[in-house]
Amino acid sequence: MPSIRPMSIWTYANPKRFMQASGWLLPYATVAAAACVLTGLVWGFFFTPDDYKQGSTVKIIFLHVPSALMAINVWLMMLVTSLIWLIRRHHVSALAAKAAAPIGVTMTLIALATGAIWGQPMWGTYWAWDPRLTSFLILFLFYLGYMALWAAIEDQDTAADLTSVLCLVGSVFALLSRYAVNFWNQGLHQGTSVPVATGNRTVDDTFFVPLAISMIGFGLLFVALVLLRIRTEIRARRLGALLARERRLADRPASAPTPASRSTHA
Amino acid sequence: MLEFWPDLGKYAGAVTSAYVVSLILLFGLILQSWVAGRKVKRELDRAERRVGTK
Repeated sequence: MPSIRPMSIWTYANPKRFMQASGWLLPYATVAAAACVLTGLVWGFFFTPDDYKQGSTVKIIFLHVPSALMAINVWLMMLVTSLIWLIRRHHVSALAAKAAAPIGVTMTLIALATGAIWGQPMWGTYWAWDPRLTSFLILFLFYLGYMALWAAIEDQDTAADLTSVLCLVGSVFALLSRYAVNFWNQGLHQGTSVPVATGNRTVDDTFFVPLAISMIGFGLLFVALVLLRIRTEIRARRLGALLARERRLADRPASAPTPASRSTHA
Repeated sequence: MLEFWPDLGKYAGAVTSAYVVSLILLFGLILQSWVAGRKVKRELDRAERRVGTK
């Protein structure tokens, strides 16, 4: 097993180093994520009582809050890696943003779906044009646009540049969806139940403990999935380079000197 | 097994569908990530063997 010594974060901008470190970390992250997500969801679904107001719909919180949290945080992670790409031109950071987007869009979709399912019995409607809900929907559309832009542009560096700019713009909605309730004192959506900064949570311990485990689990699941997907992106890029090299060699006329023979003549 | 199933009362449909939809999406994401990773790794291994870098 390769040992991982503490090094500068920029060391991992080297794809080879990243593959080495992520290959070591991935199994641990996967096991930890599976353990936390399963514990949080099984505890939340099977072993928590009904809420006196919400009844059994309170069990949806164990999916809705962690997925909404990750939907915003994944975009903020993409913002950081996009800025690193724009400033330092590290390919791994651009690929990290690209790899994170499908995870973010899934988390946003889960948050929107579970919110709508919870909203029908509690608010009497699946959807309202509430500031937080609307900014979340826009964030979802930004995720789709971001992924479509990556897919539409063949040159990977150009795609990384343009998607990074889109990510900067979309960050406004990621932050807006987080703080919309504070900005506009209107709408149906309540404020944050678990404010990390103040610690004044409104959730009872009976629900908070499995919720916290589920939130940690979703965070670890993101780490495991993003590592797996970045590794795939790095391999896909290397595969693309090898195939392009093969095509160049195949297109070369038979009489043309190969790089090896050219160096022999020199 | 059913003894452990919680009594969800009149919101059983909402709660169950929220879990079913979310788990389908999560498993779909995990499966897609894993399958795509395996496919690219296999193709890269094949290409590296072809060009002789492995």
